[in-house]
Amino acid sequence: MTMNATAPASARSAASDPPEPDGAATAPGGPPRRGIPRPKATPARRASVFLSSHPRVRLGFLLAAPLFWLGLVYVVALAALLVTAFWSVNSFTGEITTEWTLDNVITVLTGSLYQTVTFRTIGVALLVTIIDVALALPIAFYMAKVASPRARRLLVIAVLMPLWASYLVKAYAWRSVLSQDGILEWVLAPFGLHTPGYGLPATVITLSYLWLPYVILPIFAGLERVPDSLLEASADLGGKTWPTIRHVVFPMALPAIIAGTIFSFSLSLGDYITVNIVGGASQMLGNLVYTNVGAANNLPLAAAIALIPIAIIFGYLALVRRTGALDNL
Amino acid sequence: MMRTPRTARRGATVGLAIGSIALLTLTACGTTSGDSASTDDALTELGDAEGQVSILAWPGYVEDGSNSPDVDWVTPFEEETGCEVTSKTYGTSDEAVNLMKTGEYDVVAASGDATLRLIAGGDVAPVNTDLIPNYEGIFDFLKEKEWNSVDGQSYGVPHGYGANLLMYNTETFAEAPTSWDVVFDKASENAGKVTAYDSPIYIADAAVYLMHHQPELGIENPYALDEEQFQAAVDLLKVQRESIGEYWSDYLKEIQAFETGDSVVGTTWQVIQNVLAGSGATTDVVLPEEGATGWSDTWMIASDAANVNCAYMWLDYIASPEANATATAYFGEAPSSQEACEYRDDCEAYHAGDEEYASQIWYWTTPIAECVDGRTDVECVDYAQWTAAWQEIKG
Repeated sequence: MTMNATAPASARSAASDPPEPDGAATAPGGPPRRGIPRPKATPARRASVFLSSHPRVRLGFLLAAPLFWLGLVYVVALAALLVTAFWSVNSFTGEITTEWTLDNVITVLTGSLYQTVTFRTIGVALLVTIIDVALALPIAFYMAKVASPRARRLLVIAVLMPLWASYLVKAYAWRSVLSQDGILEWVLAPFGLHTPGYGLPATVITLSYLWLPYVILPIFAGLERVPDSLLEASADLGGKTWPTIRHVVFPMALPAIIAGTIFSFSLSLGDYITVNIVGGASQMLGNLVYTNVGAANNLPLAAAIALIPIAIIFGYLALVRRTGALDNL
Repeated sequence: MMRTPRTARRGATVGLAIGSIALLTLTACGTTSGDSASTDDALTELGDAEGQVSILAWPGYVEDGSNSPDVDWVTPFEEETGCEVTSKTYGTSDEAVNLMKTGEYDVVAASGDATLRLIAGGDVAPVNTDLIPNYEGIFDFLKEKEWNSVDGQSYGVPHGYGANLLMYNTETFAEAPTSWDVVFDKASENAGKVTAYDSPIYIADAAVYLMHHQPELGIENPYALDEEQFQAAVDLLKVQRESIGEYWSDYLKEIQAFETGDSVVGTTWQVIQNVLAGSGATTDVVLPEEGATGWSDTWMIASDAANVNCAYMWLDYIASPEANATATAYFGEAPSSQEACEYRDDCEAYHAGDEEYASQIWYWTTPIAECVDGRTDVECVDYAQWTAAWQEIKG
């Protein structure tokens, strides 16, 4: 409470304490004269004094709101969902019975349906990721290293443009493009080819389209950080295009590429709307979750199925961490 | 790599924090038994209108002119009673059961495969039909059925009924098909262009087909299947799956698929054909010789309805001949009363009031372990297994 000490007390201790702000007004050797009056000890001031002397409390106040969001709204909601996986549902009335059971988890782990759908989902997610990276690398490299600043701005706008349209609009647009009398059929028919129709290929095409901006942008940002001087140095030392890309550009861009793959992989893994719209009769993990929440009204089983993509993503992140890519992000 | 140990330690702290939060949630949730035994008595007299009512219904049941300016039977109701109507549509009965659990709706139009589940779940209340003057005129063969009343207590007002029809593309099929075999045994002829309704209740369609084509299975009622009969239906659907282009539950999606030719044959509703005919698509519908599954819908009132008076007023209004005729004509189903036919010129086509015809439709009913066909020597496959099998079929 020394900070709240009264004025005479502070005047008494002034000799031993380090000089206070009003100490400057005191003439050396002369009698102490009153300078600027000390601010009044209002509650607000007391609080601010307390905070300035307790940096940890200060930090706590600053982080309370975001931590509340992250903790309660995000982590606890997720935890509550996962807890549901260990409940069951009354098959007739649809009421949830809150008695612990492992049945749902066992069903999900042993059911051949869930294994098939899991492998299908991983396959689609991997394929989408590979296609997106293959498309994004040259585009991002052109944007970062070749294009003029004006062209670069235009390209960034062009890449971002699809994000202005709603996800559903884009998925339904692909539904019409891929249909039997859609534009793709019209373009391909003269060459004796046909639209793939609705199904897994259509899903892969649509998802690749939807997530492409999320892969281009991090790779573009990563490549932009590669100094031009390194490319010139490599050229000066006789490095041709391919070795330069392989030994100079690629290692520096790898973290960015991995960041991009995390986007496309995890977004594909959880998707159910696109596959519902263009996937024909195929199901992915998201559809199983959706039908169990919606049609089957079996939230516990849906929660148990939701554990699969969570486990896969954790596995993927662990794999990425081993490569050390996360350290450089 | 100097910071690795520190990062790891911090990671452990964060993990511990998340773990303790999860543990807290666990203890908070605990293990309680979820019983809901409440059968409120029906209302005995009506009070004043609350000024609003929220309705959950199949698409095309609650039209206020926003889909098409000519199609509007909600506005007259609002003007008459002062109850402002808000409505939401659903695509499958399962969705309806789920949405009713939110407690946000006062009134629901439910098919027979949802009604019993709603009653058992305590989501809907008994209905005092004395408070609904128009109940009087409704066809007797629709009243007090196993899907709208329990032990003689009515749980709602019948709305309309109809059959799930077979839709086909008239360019693909020069002659109208007469049997469901075009989507079952002969489905491979149109592989990739066959469509089916995306709900476990569709298993009953396969059972109806098997009733006629595999009589040795002894299926009496497509909603009362024992293990062997059920397996036969599931196997049939697994074969059908190879020819399916897509399943539909959103009726707009089916309309588009038939318009573009992505689907050429499959199960449908009359209302879908009405829309397609309006846009000039080359499709038609037929009721195949095996008969069909169908629906008989009931207007019900939520057990915790906030606007119970307006809800009763809606039930009475929608059962009135003119409103009922307009609504059922728009959806493409038979109305619930003879008087309603005076406002429609197509009652013949829907065999309205034809008790014989109505009895040939297998109305959606929730399959339960106690066989609904009256057999006591076997246990039937219940709806939970139907849903599990349906996901298995889709693969």
